[in-house]
Amino acid sequence: MIELLRSVASGLGAGSAYALLALGFVIIYKATRVISFAQPAFMLAGAVLVSYLVGLVGFAGAVLLGVAGAALLGLGVERAVVRPMVGRPVFVVAIITLGIDIALRVVVNGFIGRDVRQIGDPWGLQRVEVLGVPVQQRHIATILTTAAVIAVLFLFFKYSRLGLAMRAASFDQETALAQGISVGAVFALSWAIAGGLAGVAGVFVATGAGIDQQMWIVALKALPAIILGGLDSLGGAVVGGLTIGVVESLVSAYQSDFAPWLGQNFSVVSPYVVMLLILLVRPYGLFGTREVERV
Amino acid sequence: MTVARPRPRQLAGRPELYTSYAQHLRLLNTTPKRRAVLALAVVAFALPFVYDDQTLRLLTLGFAAAIGAIGLNIVTGYAGQVTLGHAFFLAIGAYTAAALSGDPDGRTIGFGVSNVAVWLLAAGLVAAFFGVLVAPLATRLRGLYLAIVTLGLVFLGEHVFKEWEELTGGPGVGREGPVPVLFGNQLNAPGDMFTGEQKLYLLTLVLLVVFAVLARNLARSKVGRAFAAIRDRDVAASVIGVSLTHYKVLAFAASSFYAGCAGAMLYTITGFIEPGSFNLLLSVQYIAMVLIGGVGTVSGSIMGAMFITLLPRVTRELPGFAPFVSSDASAPLNVFQIETVLYGLLIIGFLLFEPRGLYGVWIRLRNYWKSWPFSY
Repeated sequence: MIELLRSVASGLGAGSAYALLALGFVIIYKATRVISFAQPAFMLAGAVLVSYLVGLVGFAGAVLLGVAGAALLGLGVERAVVRPMVGRPVFVVAIITLGIDIALRVVVNGFIGRDVRQIGDPWGLQRVEVLGVPVQQRHIATILTTAAVIAVLFLFFKYSRLGLAMRAASFDQETALAQGISVGAVFALSWAIAGGLAGVAGVFVATGAGIDQQMWIVALKALPAIILGGLDSLGGAVVGGLTIGVVESLVSAYQSDFAPWLGQNFSVVSPYVVMLLILLVRPYGLFGTREVERV
Repeated sequence: MTVARPRPRQLAGRPELYTSYAQHLRLLNTTPKRRAVLALAVVAFALPFVYDDQTLRLLTLGFAAAIGAIGLNIVTGYAGQVTLGHAFFLAIGAYTAAALSGDPDGRTIGFGVSNVAVWLLAAGLVAAFFGVLVAPLATRLRGLYLAIVTLGLVFLGEHVFKEWEELTGGPGVGREGPVPVLFGNQLNAPGDMFTGEQKLYLLTLVLLVVFAVLARNLARSKVGRAFAAIRDRDVAASVIGVSLTHYKVLAFAASSFYAGCAGAMLYTITGFIEPGSFNLLLSVQYIAMVLIGGVGTVSGSIMGAMFITLLPRVTRELPGFAPFVSSDASAPLNVFQIETVLYGLLIIGFLLFEPRGLYGVWIRLRNYWKSWPFSY
């Protein structure tokens, strides 16, 4: 039982990071109807920036600057490459973001080097007991930070003028334009928020094991999460991210006992299996809006 | 009963005047095209007697990649279904062929059937079978959902190939590629008349021509028009009576068949398969071939595949011109990084500035010279 709770807890920790990444995907999708395959690069860039700044300004300062850097990167990419493509098919824009991801990651990998870079977080792999269950401190930190970020995002979308503008623009761009909302600013802000969220997620993914050149693959696990939750549902992204995290953690804990024929590291690809199953049953995810088909 | 009609003839000196629909749709519908293709074919078949084996090997790889790129273009360019799963189908083909032709007493699974005709067909069919399995997803999903699912397919495939050591030899170890024997002639070993490279070059070239003509015929037939209708507006297509399920399955099957054959040929040429190589980057390379070459064109696919295959050869020369670029993989700025960045930047650049790809560049050049010296 303790073993089960322990893996659920660590799954929630990892899942919180996926939820942050998934939120970024969904925010960009809601604003521009594009899935940004550039999120892995933003995540990696944020984490690497933190690992370089941590010696200068301490961990908290480095995280703030790193996240700001990732957000700026998102903003820059939107301005330079995505904005000229407004009105072109979404598939084309998605492939462009794939190109951005590849190019950016090579640059970032140059800064990582061949060895693992430590991010200098205060948690390491230490554990604390929560109700008798040993939980890694970094997972608690991830869960709390994610909860805080989600709360802030919720308040922002619900009560601020900009948040209202973003909701309006995602609902109907032309009407939003007619009401005096700068849709361009909404696009830019969406990419910045998504970049920042990816940066935060990157920091927490890098706690514990550090940053290496393979870390970007983690960011793609947010894709099963958004498919699970529905591409255009913020709540779905959070639920999807946590579910994917827990599934992955449970599979890694129990698969070697119950289904060893699936091979080592099956947990790494288990999110994609979940995604395929969900899509066969509910093509628009758990909370996604069913598309109305018109000719 | 069909009435045999005399074939409508084109009028002399009026190359753009078509007097019938069939004439317009012909494979090579203008005289310059016919001559150019003939010339190109002659040059292509003459090359193995001119170039050294190293260059031939590279060109052969390009031809094999072109078969795969044509396959991706069938499903993405003609039928409009965005798939990132091409690496998976290449892998299926490569492993089917390698397992069929492998040494029965070897370290990895092998059945000793080394006849090219047998394992090439099998590679295509097994890949097509998996394509048909995946296709139902495409009928339920649209656009980017499908892209994400096929991305998942690549990850799942990579996992299976890394774990199934009896077949693939395991990560880092790998297994030998398919053994090509045609009419009792071992094609990848030097013979009496030709070297191994020359034989493989000629075989792959013939295959490319066959596959390219097949793809063009598919595209200009009823099936191709159905694909285009689905690509442009699938709901409208289904309203006018195009069966979405039928044609999407067909598109995936055809595309996977091409990918399977391409995978088998690619690893016959390299002679070695590493299970970790069938990753997302490989899929992206094929996407890049299609986008850089030209979406929805066969000649574009071939141009794109040659471009992407020859790109490393060009970047490897960079250290000679730019001393700050290193050819050592551990140096801060090396040719491998530049290569990868170039994939990304070329995709972005072509999509931003020339969405029709190299094919579009060619059309522009042609139109410029057509009306030369008048600018319009």
